[in-house]
Amino acid sequence: MQVFGQGEHAYVSSIDPEKLTEPLERYFNYPIAGIVFTHENHPPEQFLRYAVENRTPVFVSALRTSKFINVFTDFLDAALAPQTLLHGTLVEVSGVGILIQGKSGVGKSETALELVQRGHRLVADDAVRIVCRDGSRLYGFVSQTIEHHLEIRGLGIINISDLFGAGAVRASKRIDLIIHLEDWDDKKEYDRLGLEDHTEEILGVEIAVMTIPVRPGRNVPVLIETAAKNFNLKSRGHNAAKKFQERLARMIRDAAEN
Amino acid sequence: MISKSATIKNEAGVHARPAAVFVKAASRFPCEIFVEKNGQRINGKSIMGLMMLALTRDTRIMVIAEGEREEEAVQTLCALVENSFVES
Repeated sequence: MQVFGQGEHAYVSSIDPEKLTEPLERYFNYPIAGIVFTHENHPPEQFLRYAVENRTPVFVSALRTSKFINVFTDFLDAALAPQTLLHGTLVEVSGVGILIQGKSGVGKSETALELVQRGHRLVADDAVRIVCRDGSRLYGFVSQTIEHHLEIRGLGIINISDLFGAGAVRASKRIDLIIHLEDWDDKKEYDRLGLEDHTEEILGVEIAVMTIPVRPGRNVPVLIETAAKNFNLKSRGHNAAKKFQERLARMIRDAAEN
Repeated sequence: MISKSATIKNEAGVHARPAAVFVKAASRFPCEIFVEKNGQRINGKSIMGLMMLALTRDTRIMVIAEGEREEEAVQTLCALVENSFVES
């Protein structure tokens, strides 16, 4: 991609058309994906003719060169970013993007519904398009075919935006946390302290992950809401489990000294 | 893991009703089931996932199963697709 700014445009426009033939021949010999003239400048006629002959697209942008390059780089980053499709339900809970995963029927959609009921937002139910930006951030998107909709066994397909208003949905969200829902397994050991951080890799990015076992009597939406608030606290440098651990260690030490 | 391709035959493509028929049939199997179109893979037990693919008539899909009774699952589901989502 070649950008013609003020200087380059002034230069090609200033050259005598006869003297331009040879340089243009050579220039269009290079494989150029496209040419952009910024500042709403238009290329000289001869230049355009060569472009048409060589089937090289020419664009005119009203932006100034630096602005155009910024916008275009951003666009390329987004368009060429690695992406994948994941099974899971993406919600925004207290500002935290949470991807709820777990096998079919474990209650992902029901959990999302309860979260929406509590004022949080739905991004995508059951199928989330994930895009990696800058190699370090993951964004989840909903595909247009299913946006705003949730499938609840027994109720069918419902429209969250119609039922709860436009504020209950959003089209995309950065993913901060993955929560695995699974049926309670008596043989499995679950995290009891929350002192260690576990992560999982998606498109080369490490994302914090938690496993929440589901059992009648455990209010999963409340647990997820709490996990979100705890995540917010942690990102502000306040780790409740660590603080508790330090306090306990201090009390034990004090008790031993007396 | 077993996979088999199938072509959508019904006029209206995989809209809500056929998607529900497929997902119901898939959910009867204990194995994991996936449907793939152009490298996009969704969970075959998810109605939203299947509808997201917006499958039109003559689209070729891959039905993939992994785990218990995978062979039977793939055969049954491909037959269902080829039979325009009418359970036989």
